Amino acid sequence: MSKKVLMKGTDAIAEAAIRAGCRCYFGYPITPQNEIPEYMSRRMEEVGGVFLQGESEIASINMVLGAAATGMRAMTSSSSPGISLKQEGLSFLAALELPAVIVNINRGGPGLGNIAPSQGDYYQATRGGGHGDYRMPVYAPASVQELYDITMRAFDVADLYRSPVMILGDGMMGQIVEPIELNERPEADLPPKDYILDGADGRPSRIIKSLILDPAEMEEHNWKLKRKYDLMLKSARWEEYLTDDAKLVVIAYGTAARIAKGAVKRARSEGLKVGLIRPITLWPFPEEAIRNAAKHSKVFLAFEMSTGQMVDDVRLALEGRAECEFYGRPGGVVPLPQEVAMIIQRIWLQKEL
Amino acid sequence: MKTVYTRPKSLKDAPYHYCPGCGHSIVHRLICELVDEMDLRGRIICIPPAGCAVLAYNYFDFDTCESAHGRGCAIATGFKRARPDKLIFTYQGDGDMAAIGTAETLHAANRGERITSIFINNAVYGMTGGQMAPTTMVGQKTSTSPYGRRTEIEGYPLKITDLIATLPGAAYVTRTSLATPAKIRETKRSIKKAFEVQMAGIGYSLVEILSPCPTNWKVTPRESFTYLEEIMEKEYPIGVMKDITAKKEG
Repeated sequence: MSKKVLMKGTDAIAEAAIRAGCRCYFGYPITPQNEIPEYMSRRMEEVGGVFLQGESEIASINMVLGAAATGMRAMTSSSSPGISLKQEGLSFLAALELPAVIVNINRGGPGLGNIAPSQGDYYQATRGGGHGDYRMPVYAPASVQELYDITMRAFDVADLYRSPVMILGDGMMGQIVEPIELNERPEADLPPKDYILDGADGRPSRIIKSLILDPAEMEEHNWKLKRKYDLMLKSARWEEYLTDDAKLVVIAYGTAARIAKGAVKRARSEGLKVGLIRPITLWPFPEEAIRNAAKHSKVFLAFEMSTGQMVDDVRLALEGRAECEFYGRPGGVVPLPQEVAMIIQRIWLQKEL
Repeated sequence: MKTVYTRPKSLKDAPYHYCPGCGHSIVHRLICELVDEMDLRGRIICIPPAGCAVLAYNYFDFDTCESAHGRGCAIATGFKRARPDKLIFTYQGDGDMAAIGTAETLHAANRGERITSIFINNAVYGMTGGQMAPTTMVGQKTSTSPYGRRTEIEGYPLKITDLIATLPGAAYVTRTSLATPAKIRETKRSIKKAFEVQMAGIGYSLVEILSPCPTNWKVTPRESFTYLEEIMEKEYPIGVMKDITAKKEG
């Protein structure tokens, strides 16, 4: 076991990326994630990597694209308005099948919104976000240790599927300080990078492109990507807390899940059989876990720091097997566990559980 | 019998999709001749644009990576920073370079990125069907400036190469033309110089090439060369705008 160190969420992401072999970081400042580029600007120098502050988020994601095409592990980070600008690049990364890690420290929106923690970017993250028919794995860590471990894992997943991978945090996740173990990079069985461009020295020239003018060929490319996304579906991850006997299951991710866990503990202390499912991957969504929970629980509560986005995926997963209530606090408001516990209690009484 | 003219090895044996009289095919050939002569095939990587030359990878027999419209210099930056030992060049049209990609172009040049841009200026958007470009000249009719470009409405032609020449990060900046065989030979020398500047690691290099687009200028290929020399070269004077190697030598 390695020594524990006290670390801030944003620093844990940056350090994990370095230890995962990321040697190219490109980004543009935006609050509340500036600690990531700041950390990277110091650390990349130490490890002989590349840190470059781009002139915009659009330029930065395209720099990531260029570095990824050479076979280097590359990443960028931003927050909501900046992630909107990166969507062009995300679509191209998906189309060109280039691996990259993109961090979104979600802030209040729409528009400039504010710099407080929010989960308003769920739809954008889990539906692709940019133009065209594509998906990408999306992780929602809920502790600093998980930010570290998932960032490390994200680079392997990106290489495994040759796909952009998003880590969706929020202002709270980025700022929180917790003791973590700086685990070594786990062994990973990854395919060789036989697509990279490094000069056609003694081999046929290579082309990286997404322009496919023949609709029949483009359709085949779309189906090829779809087959890849079907493989990704198997990698859904989640945490279950006191769900075995639960009659009401709360579904929440990231910061909202930490609040929800406190609320579940309060409800349990009052004798209510309440559990929590915390999606760790938002895409693929842990549908199986939710359907299993519906075998004994007929009432679900989706709790989000938004006006209700993930709740749609819960309802799609349930396919009518159980009811799903919703409670949300958008705009950067972070409610206390007591508030969510009261909502649980109210639903418990209303539904006569 | 001595062979005096042949297809460069780096130019694929594929028929061009370009219109008759288009300048792209000339510049493609010049680049491929240089790749052969300078023995660059094993280290050169091209970033083609979104525009008529998006299909350049169908002709270049060396590594190429597509770019979203205007993002060439940002992608090239990513390539070069990741692999400084490679020779990276963007191939861009006027819309790509000087409208949608202005920020990426200017900032890459200002950072002194060790990359080269080959900038084809034909004062019109070719691929989309002849709309107004940032470099469209005052009075020039296009499909979106049917009354001719009027400065009070559409503003002035953007001379991005002149702007870049003022930036400290730019090491070699020149404008050439394809109007005559002599000017085509000068264009080849300029591209060679731009590649050499990149390999010397002294800064950004840019070759703007005034190039005919008879289809969208609505003239014959023969007339397009006259137009190039008599009209475009008046608005965009050819010549070296910046060469820091010359200063050192002087």
